[in-house]
Amino acid sequence: MMHFKNLRAAAAGLLIVGAAQFAYATEAAKSGVGESWPTYSGDYSGQRFSSLAQIDRSNVKHLTLAWAARLEGGADTGGGGPFAPPRPPTIVGGEIEKAVVTGGLFSSGAPISIRGAILQVDGMLYVSAPDNAWAIDAATGKVAWHFYWKTKGGTHTSNKGMGIHKNWLFMETADDYLVSLDARTGAERWHKEIANFNEQYFAEAAPIVIGNHVLVGAGNDSDAAGAVRSFDPETGVLQWTLHTVPMKQGDAGLETWPSLDAARHGGGNVWASGSYDPETKLYIVGTGNPSPAYVPRGRDGDNLFTCSLIAVNVETGKLAWYYQTSPHDTHDWDSAQTPVLVDAEFAGKPRKLVLQATRNGHFFVLDRTTGEHLLTTRFAQWGKWVKEINKKGQPVRDPARDASVAGSLVSIDGWTNWPPPSFSPQTGLFYVRNLESYGLLYYTEKDPQGAMGLGGIARGGQVSLGSIIQAIDYRTGKAVWQRHFGPGDGMLGALSTGMLTTAGGLLFSTDTTENFIAFDAQTGESLWHTRLHGVSNAAESYGIEGRQFILVAAGDMVYAFSLYE
Amino acid sequence: MIRRTIAAAVAGLWALAASGAEPAPKTPDGTVADFSRPAQDPAAVERGKQVFSVNCGFCHGSGARGGEGGPNLLRSPIVLNDQKGEILLAIVQVGRPDKGMPKFNLGADAVSDIAAYLHSIPAGSVQAEVDPRAIIVGNAKAGEKYFFGKGRCGQCHSLKTGGDLAGIGSKYDPKTLQDHIVSGGAVTMLGARSPTAPARAAKVTRSNGEVISGTLLSIDDFNVTLIDAAGARRSFRRNGAAPLVEVKDPMQAHMDMLREWEDRDIHDLNAFLVKQK
Repeated sequence: MMHFKNLRAAAAGLLIVGAAQFAYATEAAKSGVGESWPTYSGDYSGQRFSSLAQIDRSNVKHLTLAWAARLEGGADTGGGGPFAPPRPPTIVGGEIEKAVVTGGLFSSGAPISIRGAILQVDGMLYVSAPDNAWAIDAATGKVAWHFYWKTKGGTHTSNKGMGIHKNWLFMETADDYLVSLDARTGAERWHKEIANFNEQYFAEAAPIVIGNHVLVGAGNDSDAAGAVRSFDPETGVLQWTLHTVPMKQGDAGLETWPSLDAARHGGGNVWASGSYDPETKLYIVGTGNPSPAYVPRGRDGDNLFTCSLIAVNVETGKLAWYYQTSPHDTHDWDSAQTPVLVDAEFAGKPRKLVLQATRNGHFFVLDRTTGEHLLTTRFAQWGKWVKEINKKGQPVRDPARDASVAGSLVSIDGWTNWPPPSFSPQTGLFYVRNLESYGLLYYTEKDPQGAMGLGGIARGGQVSLGSIIQAIDYRTGKAVWQRHFGPGDGMLGALSTGMLTTAGGLLFSTDTTENFIAFDAQTGESLWHTRLHGVSNAAESYGIEGRQFILVAAGDMVYAFSLYE
Repeated sequence: MIRRTIAAAVAGLWALAASGAEPAPKTPDGTVADFSRPAQDPAAVERGKQVFSVNCGFCHGSGARGGEGGPNLLRSPIVLNDQKGEILLAIVQVGRPDKGMPKFNLGADAVSDIAAYLHSIPAGSVQAEVDPRAIIVGNAKAGEKYFFGKGRCGQCHSLKTGGDLAGIGSKYDPKTLQDHIVSGGAVTMLGARSPTAPARAAKVTRSNGEVISGTLLSIDDFNVTLIDAAGARRSFRRNGAAPLVEVKDPMQAHMDMLREWEDRDIHDLNAFLVKQK
């Protein structure tokens, strides 16, 4: 009757089949995510590889809906009419009397869109969207509680998920608070300021809990400095701050800026979550674009540590190493994509690696203990903006492809984005969503002092050719297979979606219409699909009492699938 | 409420948020309000502007984005955290000798006016409209050659009287025209196909030989949906090569060019087409 196999993946894509007994995993483990999904990527590695193998290539065609839940947001969730299930009361938090609701697709008051990771711990799911959090029974889909945060405003593009430590949940709010909730009741324990709202920061990353540290970051589109911050999970006291750009004379990287003022306003914001290597105690996270983004006047130089992978010692908050994947970026091509930690053979030697496919269209392999560069390849279909790959393996941009008065053709939104990739130790392949779109970037700034933030440009003539799933062999950086999806329906072809791999030999993701698809991870063949209304987050897998579930969200809906029994 | 107006880059397109491919939020009245400040008193703004230009503009720039030695004030945490001059007052009256800023003999009212002025200026991702004339930098002769030669534009388009591009230079401003050279003019937000784009023709041949032709609505690996000749919406399951589906997209030539374009060719073509009055 026991269907689970605990598959432990070894180096170089070899598989060792472990005990038939399914291990109840409560901690993040490098060998794959177990029954629970206790942190952003399921475990600290960023692989998004589930060790659950009940659902596999042979039986996935019998995958069927276990339950669906519609989540209501806002202060008053009265229910959806006489046939809607009863709702628990909403717990309301926030610093102001009334939420600032502006409307718009990515503003406060927008329709609920679940775009981040969903935690699964001890049979409960913890789901978030901007200003809202819910607890759902993982077996039945019943909502246990709902929390609503009265926001002061701020950019509401997404909430990328929550973190958990014992019974304490942690979520970031768009108006820059770290809010801690009691996971059992949804009651607020405390909230602390992460960043300064007046300086136009917005917080939306999933907090990462490592020991007694809660690691957070914030986004900013107005020339403010990026930082990783660590808070105490019990007290909410700030433990340390690591700025990602030089903030004072003598700070590392200042030589890559023309002035301290430029560096302090140079961006490099940390708006997505990183991965963690328990052996070296290094938190490895990607940083955002330099600022001003498109109008680089006044920030000559490489602009460290923007568009970089940085490795931070979680105990001290000190930078251990860095590798800049986009020196002097001029296209708003953040390097915030999930770093994926892999122990595997590289060039004949067992290595501790970190892999990243960045928004600039390049795939990087580094040694994660030292930051040593091992491989750069381009996964993008177009590389005219690259003048050369330099000796450090970095793409060096051609200034002629920057925004220009007459218009420069380029990929305006970049070649991938933050929705997470996946790595399967079974196949040795790295799976990434690759977007292909082009448009004209016009330089419009009239002020000789240059622009701020994302300003100073206009765009035009943008065309999406749709998206591609690439399965990249980490050893060569080359795709073993690709699945091309056309421009699709509406904007779906232009939006990135994430990846999940499982020990059942499967890859779960989407096409560019409305299909949620199980692919053969080895070949890319579609084995099962269903049509959901716009999948909005990356799929996950969890297990309850010997039953494996595949979890995915579409807007305000959460769906759990399992094998037909 | 004074709201930060971000002039839309392209008709109806949104500005970008750094945090993803998504467009930045924009309210229906065309403003971004997520970080908006309370409205400033227009009279105070006007007074503040005067005081600023006399006392501050030389170092901090006439638009407060920085000037001779003084930093950009609009992005300064001091200014961003200040509400009504309460933080600025001490700095103005004491100066910042360590940074080379002298003290100014200005009273609380004057500093409050300066604050009103500074807080009335949009900070952050402010976008300006393209100057339509400035973008015409290409060589019209080279554009003409490209149109009929390498660009193969003439295969689908005609500049002759009655042709689809006759007088195109009078129909669109130079930026819109150039954008259309790249996009074919039939795309909308983030490069998605616009509902008014030229129809894609679909032809479905079923295993029994039946042929259904019409206008394609949607296609993926599993389904194809079209409007047939009688105006009825029809969906067919797809299973590999069955049924046979053939799609003709009039935009395909534009899409095929995207990886091939050189900016100079686009600029030359635009210089040529703007002259087609």
